[in-house]
Amino acid sequence: MLQDHIISVTVENKFGVLARIAGLFSSRGYNIKSLSVAETEDPTCSRMTIVVNADEKILEQIKKQLNKLIDTIKVQEFTNTSYLDRELMLIKVNTDPKKRTDLFQIVEVLNGKIINMTRKSITIEITAASDILENVIKMLQPFGIIETVRTGKIAISRDAVD
Amino acid sequence: MKNKMSGAKILIDALVNEKAEYIFGYIGGQVIPIFDELFGRKDITMIVPRHEQGAAHAADGYARVTGRPGVCLATSGPGATNLVTGIANAYMDSIPMIAITGQVPTTLIGNDAFQEADITGITRPITKHNYLVKNIDDLADIVKEAFYIAASGRPGPVLIDLPSDISKGEAYFNYKDSINLRGYKPNYTGNPRQIKNAAAMIKQAKKPVIFSGGGILHSNASEELLKFVEKTGIPITTSLMGMGSIPSIHPLFLGMPGMHGTYYANMAITHCDLLVAIGVRFDDRVTGKIKEFAPHAQIIHIDIDPTSVSKNIEVTLPIVGDAKNILGQLVSLCEKSDCSIWLDEIDKWKKSHKLTYHETDHVIKPQFVIESIDKITGGEAIIATEVGQHQMWTAQFFKFKYPRQFITSGGLGTMGFGLPAAIGAQIAAPDKIVFDIAGDGSIQMNSQELATCVNYNIPVKIAILNNNYLGMVRQWQELFYSSRYSGTCLRICSHEKYHDKCNKACESDNKEKQKYTPDFVKLADAYGALGIRITEKKDVEGAIKKALAYQGPVVMDFHTDQQENVMPMVPAGAPINQMLITGIA
Repeated sequence: MLQDHIISVTVENKFGVLARIAGLFSSRGYNIKSLSVAETEDPTCSRMTIVVNADEKILEQIKKQLNKLIDTIKVQEFTNTSYLDRELMLIKVNTDPKKRTDLFQIVEVLNGKIINMTRKSITIEITAASDILENVIKMLQPFGIIETVRTGKIAISRDAVD
Repeated sequence: MKNKMSGAKILIDALVNEKAEYIFGYIGGQVIPIFDELFGRKDITMIVPRHEQGAAHAADGYARVTGRPGVCLATSGPGATNLVTGIANAYMDSIPMIAITGQVPTTLIGNDAFQEADITGITRPITKHNYLVKNIDDLADIVKEAFYIAASGRPGPVLIDLPSDISKGEAYFNYKDSINLRGYKPNYTGNPRQIKNAAAMIKQAKKPVIFSGGGILHSNASEELLKFVEKTGIPITTSLMGMGSIPSIHPLFLGMPGMHGTYYANMAITHCDLLVAIGVRFDDRVTGKIKEFAPHAQIIHIDIDPTSVSKNIEVTLPIVGDAKNILGQLVSLCEKSDCSIWLDEIDKWKKSHKLTYHETDHVIKPQFVIESIDKITGGEAIIATEVGQHQMWTAQFFKFKYPRQFITSGGLGTMGFGLPAAIGAQIAAPDKIVFDIAGDGSIQMNSQELATCVNYNIPVKIAILNNNYLGMVRQWQELFYSSRYSGTCLRICSHEKYHDKCNKACESDNKEKQKYTPDFVKLADAYGALGIRITEKKDVEGAIKKALAYQGPVVMDFHTDQQENVMPMVPAGAPINQMLITGIA
């Protein structure tokens, strides 16, 4: 059954590594839904969070193929309960002065933050789980969305409470 | 205090430290510093082919015979891209290879400089790993890593792209004794519990078959494989890449399975209750229709590459590790299997569908030439092939005796592989007789390497099974495309009217009228090799003997039956028990 899976990959922080990972997906016909990458606390490592849409068999191959790359240090897959995930979105919305108050209220309820405001538009920053961002977009649609940009999902394992 | 050395010298010293004896290299602008360093060096021998593709295949052939990485070298841009087919070929067959390419100076990279190509980008999907050297201080470590990666685990090609300012630059040479790559730790041992489980499954099986491949050769496990076969008494089939890992005449050997496999190997796989797969990757040419491959069998899959396991075929019991290790353990855990009824069943298939061909005196059958080479060399020659019908006939009719004897392009199916690979093989095994069994199509893809043979007196014996066609595709066209021989006829046709509908009508014309182009005897002569043309069956053996008596390279141009097909044949996508046995579908 096709479904989204989150894979976290720790790789050598070297040039060309992103191309190796991306190339692996494209050459074998796997779909990347989102990919986010940056250096870790150890500057020799980068960490990628990749969201893939795949069935179990393909997922297994993806993990094996990622592991096979020389520059891959660790591959983790997050199952439903064991992780925390977040995504950051910046969203720029039209502002009609008459509806501004409505908009402010919605942003507040959604835990968003206004990071820029002009006479014509406001830009909101919001960090949440990805499905909540989908909802934010729906809520703000009536105001007229000018543009959005999202980081893609990042995830980290959740430790059990002591 | 040690003195600084040039990057070129660091490179070559590192190669020598890694026990590279030969470097198959073609010069060009960005590698002049490297060739300058090679000039006059006694500790490594440079072999100059006539095309960079020849360099890559020669390094590949050398690696297949020795088991050690072959080294090839080319300049930037077109030199590097000419290596690409050879690198892809080595990658598909898991051959250890170090490909070194010159690159424009680091200051010019990305500027679309003269003869610049992003070769690390181009070869990323066809190398096990690759490097662009940006800092001369990394060079020695990179060479060390490259050899380690190429030869360990599942072997493969590694490319090092070396900008010319790095090879001209200077640094201290410090060569490490060992390396540690945190992202690369091949698992050699195999899980002991899984191995025990495998032994139990083998014990219970009533109809077991072993299916082994190139992995046996890579891990030098032929001895363990033979012990395993003989101790358990289980029949064995090997993939094209595994030919030679067990003697072809062994009573338990069933030949090759798959598209052009034997009837009995395919039937054994289809009816077995246990398939012990070792060092194979279940290529589609072996499995045919996946859903009907070994439908009654539990499958044990032993392989060093986890990605090969359950990629094409669902496996009952995977064991990731080195074939030699695991077979060694299985030999001590396993006992003689009681499968006499099963062996009788297989024996009936063997008797009812012998691997054979229709012998005649009127025309030279290509299979007869292969059998004659086998007979006259006592089955001892190293056999390289090109790709096509002649390759399948060689796999079917040559009786291989020892591992690393059969040098053939399996995964990529690279026409033009055979001659340069035979050159590499002959250099690796100077005391052996080395044949390149070729087709008239394939040999023309790298025939320029005849010059290399003559130049270095590399006495490769080339046997062209000349049917004036790209025979394998012609066979498909005959069977599946109503004999419309589009693009497969290689003759110079004197009949204008046939040009757009080349078919059997042309065959019926007097054979004398057919023009064979090129004249391979003249071609051999032009290069300074010996050329022999053979058009009669009675002259076949004499020609082979003459070729063997001759001290240098020989081209034998056998004019063979033009319509002969490779049989049995499983049509692409069909289950492997549905074979065409003879002639026309």
